[in-house]
Parts: sequence; C-alpha cells; structure tokens
Amino acid sequence: MGSGPGPYQAQILEHYKHPHNRGTLDPSTHKGHESNSLCGDEIALTLRVDGANRIEDVRFDGEGCAISMASASLLTDAVKGKTLDEDAAMDRASVLQSLGVPLSAVREQCALLPLRALRAALGPAPAAQGH
Amino acid sequence: MARTAKVLFDVPEIKKDFPILQRTVRDKPLTYLDSTATSQKPRQVIDAMTDYYSRYNANVHRAIYELGEESTREYEGARERVAAFIGAKDPMEVAYTKSTTESLNLVAYGYALKGKRVQKGDEIIGTVLEHHSNHVPWHFVRDLKGVTLKYVDVDEDGRLKMEQYDDLITKRTKVVTVAQVSNVLGTINDVKEIAKRAHEVGAVCVVDAAQSVPHMPVDVRELDCDFLAFSGHKMLGPTGVGVLYGKKEVLEETEPLLGGGEMISEVHLGTAKWNDVPYKFEGGTPPIAEVIGLGAAVDYLTKLGMPAVRQHEMNVTGYALQELSNVAGLRVYGPKDVRQRGGVVSFTMAKAHPHDIASILDVEGVCIRSGHHCAQPLMDRYDLAATARASFYVYNDLEDVDRLAAALQKVNEVFG
Ligand SMILES: Cc1ncc(COP(=O)(O)O)c(C=O)c1O
Repeated sequence: MGSGPGPYQAQILEHYKHPHNRGTLDPSTHKGHESNSLCGDEIALTLRVDGANRIEDVRFDGEGCAISMASASLLTDAVKGKTLDEDAAMDRASVLQSLGVPLSAVREQCALLPLRALRAALGPAPAAQGH
Repeated sequence: MARTAKVLFDVPEIKKDFPILQRTVRDKPLTYLDSTATSQKPRQVIDAMTDYYSRYNANVHRAIYELGEESTREYEGARERVAAFIGAKDPMEVAYTKSTTESLNLVAYGYALKGKRVQKGDEIIGTVLEHHSNHVPWHFVRDLKGVTLKYVDVDEDGRLKMEQYDDLITKRTKVVTVAQVSNVLGTINDVKEIAKRAHEVGAVCVVDAAQSVPHMPVDVRELDCDFLAFSGHKMLGPTGVGVLYGKKEVLEETEPLLGGGEMISEVHLGTAKWNDVPYKFEGGTPPIAEVIGLGAAVDYLTKLGMPAVRQHEMNVTGYALQELSNVAGLRVYGPKDVRQRGGVVSFTMAKAHPHDIASILDVEGVCIRSGHHCAQPLMDRYDLAATARASFYVYNDLEDVDRLAAALQKVNEVFG
C-alpha cells in the first residue's frame, strides 16, 4: 500500500483499515471510555489483567477518524503482554512516536484519545504523565 | 469540465481586496471555504481599524477634546449604518456586544431571567437546529427561573416542521427563538411566520441571525422580530464585536448584563440608574476599533448589494451541490433546493471520517471544517458524530468549488 498525503502514511492507513484488537472483552477487569469533545469521537477500552499484574488481553471499540483508530490499534498492540509497571511508560511522547507522522495540535487530540481511555481504565501513570 | 453555472461577481477582483487570499498554503493557493466559522477581512476593514489606532484613538462619549469627538462620531456613525443595513427604524435599537453569543446571553439574562415578562412555569420554544449559543443560555433560564423548554424538530431534509408550532405554542409561551439560517444544514427558516405565531400569544421572537445577516438581505421590520443577534466577524468585520437589535419597547424591558461605566445615568453608594437604550447594554469601554471595522464591513457589503451577495452564493452553492453529487459515497445534508438554503454545505463520505476529509483537504490548501459545528443536538437528531462542512462567501467562485471537488476525489483515492 502506498503512502497518502500529510499524516496518511501507509502504516496509519493499514491500521485504520485493518485494526488490531478491535472489539470488547467480556469478562474484563478494567474499562475506560473517553470521547473527544471537539469531534464527538469515542473510544472504549476493555482489558483483562492477570494475578501477576500483566495485561493479558485488551480490546478497543469506538467510532473515530483514521488517526484515533490507528492510534488505538497501535497502543493496544503495544500494551498487550506488558505488566502494569511497564504500561506506565506509555505516555504522550511514546504514542506520538509510534504513529510516526507529523500532527497538528488538533489532530494530536485524536491521536491521544486511546491513551486517555487507557489511563481512565488503569488509573494515572505514577510518574512520567506530565501533561 | 463544462460549467453551465455563472457567477455574478467579478471574484478575481474581489479577491484582490482580501490580503489573506493572496497567500499560499504549502505552495498551493488558499481555498478558504470556512466563512461560516469566520469570514476573511477586506483591506477596507483592516485599514479603517488601523486608521483609528493611528489617527484618532480615544475613548468614546466622554472626551471633550477633538480626538474623542472623532472617535465618538465614527463609533456612532457605524451604529447608524448597521441600523440601516438591517432595516431598523432607529439606530438606538442597535446595541453593540461582543458577539452573537453575548447578544443571545443578554436576551436570555436581561429579558427572560431578570426581566418581568417571563415567569416560573412559562415556556420558551427553540428548535433542534440551533447553535449551542442559542441553546445553553436558555438552559440557564430554565434552571434559575423554572421555565419549560420545548423544541421544534426538523424533517429529513433539514427543514423545520412548522406544523409543530401549532401544538407547541400556548398561552404560556413567552419566547420563541430560532436561527434564521442553520450553520450546519444551511436551511433558511421562515422567521416572519414564526414571529407572527409568537405574537399571536404575546410572546417575543428572538432571531439568531449569525448566518443570515452576512449572506442575504435582512429587514427586521419586514420580519417583525423582537430581537436579532449577529457577529461582526462572520460578515467581513473583525472579531470582538457583535450586535443585538431589539425593538425599542422590548429593549426598555431588558435588564443590562454588565454593570459599570457608560451604562449608567447616575450612581450613588449602593444604587444606580440605568442609562438609556442602547447605552445601558454597553457597560465599560467598548471595542471601538472593532465597531469602526464593522462599519467598514457594512459599507463593503452594501456596495456589493445584499441581493447580489445572496444570488452569488446561490449560484456557487448550486454548482457545489452538483459537483459534490459526482463524488462517490458522498452524502449532503439539508434542503436540496438552493432557494431554501444558504451557502453552507455539510456532508459525510462513506469511507472517510470528517476529520480525515478535512486533513486531506488541508494538504491541498482547501480549508473546510469538520466536527459537530457547535450543534450537537442537531447531530444527535441525525445520529451523526460529525460532518464535514464547506461554506461560501463573496470571495468564492466556481474554481474554488472545482478545487474542493478535486480534493474530495483525493480523499476517495486515499481511503478507497
Ligand atoms: C448560527 C450561529 N449562531 C451563533 C454563532 C455564534 O457566534 P459567535 O461565536 O460569533 O458568538 C454561530 C457561530 O458559529 C452560528 O453559526
């Protein structure tokens, strides 16, 4: 697949058209739901965390633009199998870096929506989470 | 592509008046299709404001010296031209505010909440297509005064279900409020009829004219509305100035929103007497340069002629509706007949989210809006999270529409 204009690079389009970890976990141990007040996009995350504090599985559901959906796909891939301590390292910078495309301030909000849902599910990260 | 449509204005000449339209965005010419959010400003407006600051900057109404007389003359002169522009009988029926939002809040607070006309148990009737600024102030009135809010619905083509007024308007109805033109669907509502229905039960009609006054001839006496609100920045003027028109007698019954200098005739410790209409609504130092800029914008539009502005936008919008119908998977919302709609075209595409449409168009130098357009109740009504929206004004022509259509084909290539 070729690259599109602006932020629509091949990786983003691939994750948008064929998202990983889409759906809802039932049962789950943690849930987070966030929306972007600018555009009404919504993301719901469900996670199953095992006795060793490891994120055994994670799914996302929601409606949104290519940036927020691709970001959710990448983020869920990244945290799956991690311990909650390791998850705490996921922050704004790492999410934007994983997307790997230039984003305007408004579009950054789209990219960060899944991370907000993750924080809503697991609670704020102890350190790191500056802004 | 053969174009059967014609434009009325010499748009390349008009574009020359707008410095910003000379710039490029990423080496592409700027195609500005978001005038519903805010319009661009002609040199005449920018110059009028610069002239004020460079030649006669002084506070209005109080200075004895020459500069103050000049600034007051221009400030009040603009009021006369704004009044004439909307057909008001008397310039004293025009109050300057910050924006449409402030004007509507002033009516909700000063007339409905603090005034005597609206009492607990009374009713206020709005519509589902209002901008948030014509919803939320009425929520305040409901919460603080105990009135009931009712809403007229829209049909699938985005037209108000006028017959619902038959049931909704009762003897307890005190305010009927409506946008003259929807900022999402473009629907032009029959304000004259709605005002007539309101008056039959002794209610006032409050008109959100943010999207009508900039784009079509509006005559407040012809409409017979009681209040009418609009913003300078959507009609070629600067941000920071808006207008509240009100019939003299209803303005008399409206309490001020801001207490302070200018809005009083006498103040003693613990008491004050209000100044006359409209000055009692203009507490504090007003946005003088902005008012003068608004006056210049009114002059610019008057010179073009509002019937011609309306005709021009109908031509461009008609062409846009035709061209957009050729884009696969694209759906347009609102009335299909250009005579029933303003120059606002909201749409969705089957394969791309409105945010992504706007981002791809941005790469092509085409500025459109995406989102809920501050009209979430309307989005809910159509079960939409967001739409993309292109809107047209005096400086847009058929080539702008062609660039829009070509960029939308790109969207389908990326997401196809
Ligand atoms: C129909 C309508 N009403 C009210 C407003 C609010 O205008 P302002 O933000 O200038 O107060 C807008 C602006 O988008 C509008 O389109």
